[in-house]
Amino acid sequence: MNQIIEKELESVVIRFAGDSGDGMQLTGTQFTNAAALFGNDLATFPDFPAEIRAPQGTLAGVSGFQIHFGSTAIHTPGDQCDVLVAMNVAALKANIRHLKTGGVIIANSDGFDAKNMRLANVPENQNPLTDGSLAKYDLKTIDVTKITRSALADSGLGVKEIDRCKNMFVLGLIYWMYNRSMDSSINFIKDKFRKKEAVMNANLKVLQAGWNYGETTEMFANRFKVAPAKMAPGVYRSVMGNEAAALGLVAASQQCGLPLFYGTYPITPASDILHELSKYKHFDVKTFQAEDEIAGICSAIGAAFGGNLAITGSSGPGIALKTEAIGLATMLELPLVVVNIQRAGPSTGMPTKTEQADLLQSYYGRNGECPVVIVAAQSPADCFEMAFEACRIALNHMIPVFFLSDGYIANGAEPWRFPKQADLPKIPVSFASERKADEPKFMPYERNEKLGRPWAIPGTKGLEHRIGGIEKQNITGNISYDPVNHEQMVHLRQEKVDLVANYIPEQTIDSGPEQGDLLMLGWGGTYGALKTAAGMLQREGYSVAHAHVRYLSPFPKNLGELLSKYKTVVVPELNNGQLVKIIRDKYYVDAIPYNKIQGQPFMANEVVAKIKEILA
Amino acid sequence: MDVVDNKLTSKDFVSDQEVRWCPGCGDYSILKQVQTVLPDLGRPKEEFVFISGIGCSSRFPYYMDTYGMHSIHGRAAAIATGLKASRPELSVWMVTGDGDSMSIGGNHFIHMLRRNIDLNVLLFNNQIYGLTKGQYSPTSEKGKVTKSSPYGSVDYSFNPVALSLGADATFVARTMDRDPKHQQAMIRRAYEHTGTSLVEIYQNCSVFNDGAFEVFTEKGTKKLETLFMEHGKPLVFGENNDKGIKLDGFKPVIVNLSDVSANDLWIHDEYDLVKATLLSRFYDDPEVEGHFPRPFGVFYVNPDKASYDHLFNDQINHIKELKGAPNLDKLIAGNETWVVN
Repeated sequence: MNQIIEKELESVVIRFAGDSGDGMQLTGTQFTNAAALFGNDLATFPDFPAEIRAPQGTLAGVSGFQIHFGSTAIHTPGDQCDVLVAMNVAALKANIRHLKTGGVIIANSDGFDAKNMRLANVPENQNPLTDGSLAKYDLKTIDVTKITRSALADSGLGVKEIDRCKNMFVLGLIYWMYNRSMDSSINFIKDKFRKKEAVMNANLKVLQAGWNYGETTEMFANRFKVAPAKMAPGVYRSVMGNEAAALGLVAASQQCGLPLFYGTYPITPASDILHELSKYKHFDVKTFQAEDEIAGICSAIGAAFGGNLAITGSSGPGIALKTEAIGLATMLELPLVVVNIQRAGPSTGMPTKTEQADLLQSYYGRNGECPVVIVAAQSPADCFEMAFEACRIALNHMIPVFFLSDGYIANGAEPWRFPKQADLPKIPVSFASERKADEPKFMPYERNEKLGRPWAIPGTKGLEHRIGGIEKQNITGNISYDPVNHEQMVHLRQEKVDLVANYIPEQTIDSGPEQGDLLMLGWGGTYGALKTAAGMLQREGYSVAHAHVRYLSPFPKNLGELLSKYKTVVVPELNNGQLVKIIRDKYYVDAIPYNKIQGQPFMANEVVAKIKEILA
Repeated sequence: MDVVDNKLTSKDFVSDQEVRWCPGCGDYSILKQVQTVLPDLGRPKEEFVFISGIGCSSRFPYYMDTYGMHSIHGRAAAIATGLKASRPELSVWMVTGDGDSMSIGGNHFIHMLRRNIDLNVLLFNNQIYGLTKGQYSPTSEKGKVTKSSPYGSVDYSFNPVALSLGADATFVARTMDRDPKHQQAMIRRAYEHTGTSLVEIYQNCSVFNDGAFEVFTEKGTKKLETLFMEHGKPLVFGENNDKGIKLDGFKPVIVNLSDVSANDLWIHDEYDLVKATLLSRFYDDPEVEGHFPRPFGVFYVNPDKASYDHLFNDQINHIKELKGAPNLDKLIAGNETWVVN
């Protein structure tokens, strides 16, 4: 028995990489759950191809899952990893740049045979496992396929089924390396395969084999401990952004007492919201999978007219198709939430890669003067709150509201100190009440202090009225081509958006001085990276603050004043400069754009380097 | 359903908005017939909703004193679907035209029929784009000379009845603006059917396509060129009801009643999809020698197929019963939680 040294670490980044059929997403998710249950803070980043089964063994088919977990506050999935699991040579080739010098590679040698080398375009006789090219890393070569096959030799399963258990070996080994209880994965396997006993036993056996491999071979000299993080007291769960968004929508529906109607069409990376919501029918959630994107939003508009909390969801290409209907909802002045889980564009772009390039589309992407309210979530758990906020604003102000998220936070996970229903605000909604024949005629475009109009739903006696996309006369709602009325209505619809600023929180500084040399002004899913970068800069003594905008239209009332407190304002975004345009336009601030458009999130280190360069 | 206290009249369905179709437009007749039928249906006025798209026909909701929405081009079917699915107790009507539903909204149209959502659809077919001032439409005949086809259109035309049957519609009928009684009967039948009811209405555009249906609607030719189908009755037409349709295997033939006994004629069966499909193909150019008369009435009805709104809400209710009262706290907490002290 070799001497295994146990080491204590503050945080660790592991990247699981393999063929898209190798089950790396599942492996990563399982380890994430175990780390979360153990009490680590964490952040994850699934990085996978759009093809479900891209050509096996090729670079295009590599699927990765990165987890950063630690005993301190974790805000990003980590710039570089400490451990890289590579199930084949393509996975190694595609991901080696993410590995720290001296980092551990766990390589499945079976995935480095001649065929895999050819598929990954590695020249002959250049096997990285043997040619010394990985000398600066700690390489552990294991024939995972062979071990799995021999462990399951008498399982009665076919080779194909046996090979599908490979990922459990890796998971077991990583559990051993980081001293983790395997209970949550054991329970998961037992539940998932409860109707296929042979498969269940095979997975459990290989999981254990992975653990035992770490324990009995002399390959690993070190074992690591990562203590639980010191987090605010409370009850936590792990949550992914789309999951949190779905829960936020359901919570809003419960708090306003209206059924939720979700009209949508499947699209990456928004479909998981549909998958989640379609499970919650007992919460009076109605999911309608429409024939196309346009029908998705139009069905929601029909449901809004009928008095439901109406929501449509998509990603950029689908939002483009919904554009005309968003204009209609603006004219109808009905509550509607439009969920956009952004992805790299334009057109089909890179469906599984993240980007923040739909902000201007949300702001301006319609014909005519068509202002809407826009909110954006900043982290996976924040999707709950901002989805809830989108519903609250839509219902309270009788207005369409965009909820923006992106592929990175939609699929990323983090621990979430979730709220109780009792802590959530109620969303009071009242429909216009019925009228008798001798009462004054109902005026569908009469306005309240928020400039909202009455919500008069079909079935209410005496409120029969017509609405539509043609310009309305204010108050009566009758068709009107009166020039002055049109101008007034355009102003009213804008003012209605502007007034929302009275009902949202003021902008706060997330970290750093209240005035100083530089402010990083971010929005959306870059929060974790910017927060981490700001912390690093502040520890080095820089006068740098970070503020993250969640309410983008209208902006919080104090935003302009807040910006004026810094000598320099930098707007880092995963696009070609969008928020920065609006900020410069609205506040006349000479804000500096800092952009990355690679379908990948910011890394904290590159942000730090950029800010230093700007300050130099 | 609430009991209607005071009997409604057609006036109750007339809104205060001035009707602005061109003089002589067939739309006036359709509006009149709808306003005539609705008060007799024994349903409170506030339960009726009219949803339209864009086009001349789609101005319809403004003139009805019911709930209504004049939406965007081609999308009425999708909006009406969302409304009916979420509020199945309402009587939802869709008013649309050949441009609105056969062209820009074609996708919603076929999926609405496929789902069989309980909507009453009035398809005003005038075989022209009227609101945009006279371009050929998907139902215009090939060769039609219009502003956008000065040398004649090279497009083949859609046959809305055949298209609807192809999309698995459960109620398909055709009527015409110039026959108020028949129109009323069809509107009533559409209302009575549960599931999507498609009524194609031949509607004259007096400005851009005047007389398109003259041959079917005018006295001199109507009897010879139209075939009014009635369930259980033989298919008879002609100046003195002296002609009939006989089925020779699957091949329809026109016969003279003087040569054939009425017992041997094709007896119309609304529940027979195969025969309805044959009838839907009686779509010849009336100029062509040996052409079939154009059928009017109910082609097909399937009363047994559950409607989408019913299935949609039934499933929700079933899951509610199965899972019991919802617990938001449990839902938010998920399956695995941990405590930090």
